[in-house]
Amino acid sequence: MSAQRLLIFGGIALILIGMVFGDIFAVFILHPNADRIGNQLLEATRAVAARDPSAIQTHFVRIGHLLENRGTKVDTHVHIIKFGYLSLILALIQPYFALAERTRKRWSQLFLAGAVLLPVSVFCIHYVGLEYSPFQLIGWASITADLGGLLVIVACLGFLSGLWRYLAGSHQTTTLGENLLRDQSWATRTLLAGGTLLILAGFLHGAYYAGVYRDKHEEQDAALLGAMAERAVAGDLPAATEAVHQYGSLQGAKAVHIAAHSHIIEFGLMAILLAFVQSYVFLSERWKRCWVVIFLIGSVVLPVFVLLELQWGLVAGGIADVGGLLVILALTGMLVGLCRYSGGLDAQSGAVR
Amino acid sequence: MSASRKLLLIGGLMLVLWAMAYGLWYALFAEHQHLEGMGASLVTAFTRAAERNMTEADAAMDAYAKRKFAYVRHVDVHSHWGGLSLLLIIFGAIFDRLGFQERTRLWLAVTLLAGSVLFPLGVILQVADQGWLPRALAVLGSGMVTAAMVFVAWGFARQR
Repeated sequence: MSAQRLLIFGGIALILIGMVFGDIFAVFILHPNADRIGNQLLEATRAVAARDPSAIQTHFVRIGHLLENRGTKVDTHVHIIKFGYLSLILALIQPYFALAERTRKRWSQLFLAGAVLLPVSVFCIHYVGLEYSPFQLIGWASITADLGGLLVIVACLGFLSGLWRYLAGSHQTTTLGENLLRDQSWATRTLLAGGTLLILAGFLHGAYYAGVYRDKHEEQDAALLGAMAERAVAGDLPAATEAVHQYGSLQGAKAVHIAAHSHIIEFGLMAILLAFVQSYVFLSERWKRCWVVIFLIGSVVLPVFVLLELQWGLVAGGIADVGGLLVILALTGMLVGLCRYSGGLDAQSGAVR
Repeated sequence: MSASRKLLLIGGLMLVLWAMAYGLWYALFAEHQHLEGMGASLVTAFTRAAERNMTEADAAMDAYAKRKFAYVRHVDVHSHWGGLSLLLIIFGAIFDRLGFQERTRLWLAVTLLAGSVLFPLGVILQVADQGWLPRALAVLGSGMVTAAMVFVAWGFARQR
């Protein structure tokens, strides 16, 4: 397998794993976790009214554990997918790395090793904790996660040295990557156009959120926490409980806007990247088109219905999950096409030697 | 390779390395301290409130708000520099497909790169200075990237 194919295969596999993980995380951890955090906050507010500082400590320790559980799952999901994108990008720009094929393969393997080590380690942070750690704040899982990040950085620097040599005039490259870039098939053009529009929509939504809601949400965040404590001190528990509920709704609104913004841009990037690996997807034109259409439908459905969760609640959440499944299905279809690919393009370019 | 592609590819790769190095530094030396600090401030605020010491409770709540403000921006900057750099590299690979002259493409590449650097820079500077300048920088940077993206979409639509 050539370095380019290794990166393409690894990239799509990473994205697929990251998306399946994201769906499982959203259904089984995200929502139950939010309820548990709300309950602990409510208990802490009651402890304020009851003048019981030790109970407050206990409830916030539990909130800390729940937030760490949530945060590490989000980080795992985000990093595994981002590394998938980077892997596809590195595959795409292989023609501009003036390196021997053997060296490319080594950097690719190192990159993929780091791209797996970091998210797996981040996932373990919540479960390993500070067990046997020589440090006060950082556990072994965090240390191996940082090592994974370092491997990725070293591999990228290795590829960057190849780009440097290319720009200095050493054109030791293959023609394969250029062929990928010149692909003008329907699938490629549709993914390119669709991806650019998705990214643009994401930028505009991000600007709208930052301009209209961001500052307001940040002010409300601290104000509601203050209101919980103040109302509990005044002995007005129903009002304090109402502040806890409002705080929960605020966190939901923030999460929904951020998720919609990031997912639509991520799907746009993914669409553009997938546009260039279509030559490697060994399927009939009809099936290629089918996966492209399903991918783009899912890419619009997920972020739009995530946003609609504020008005439609769980119904919109369910439709958004279906959107995510459509994207996963399309990626699986493309990955099957990649597995069926026999290596003809690699053989043409001499990369398999 | 055209100058616009060269600029986007090198700029994008430098920016992705910078974003990853920033993330590594933040995870190693600042994130845990930030999260611990946020948790401690919130516990202090509620504990002081339970002791009916509202002056200290309010002070702890302010400290929490400041720490959260900084934390959100550090994470935002890491993800935006990383995300925008990936976009620059992708465009670097296919920029010749744009239906514009190289001179226009070069201007678009400069705008994209400058916007991608300035937007997150403006966001992170807000941690040190909450005045108008960092906000203006963030708005300018995001405006540059968005405007350039509109032209890129147009360029792809009329690609040669």
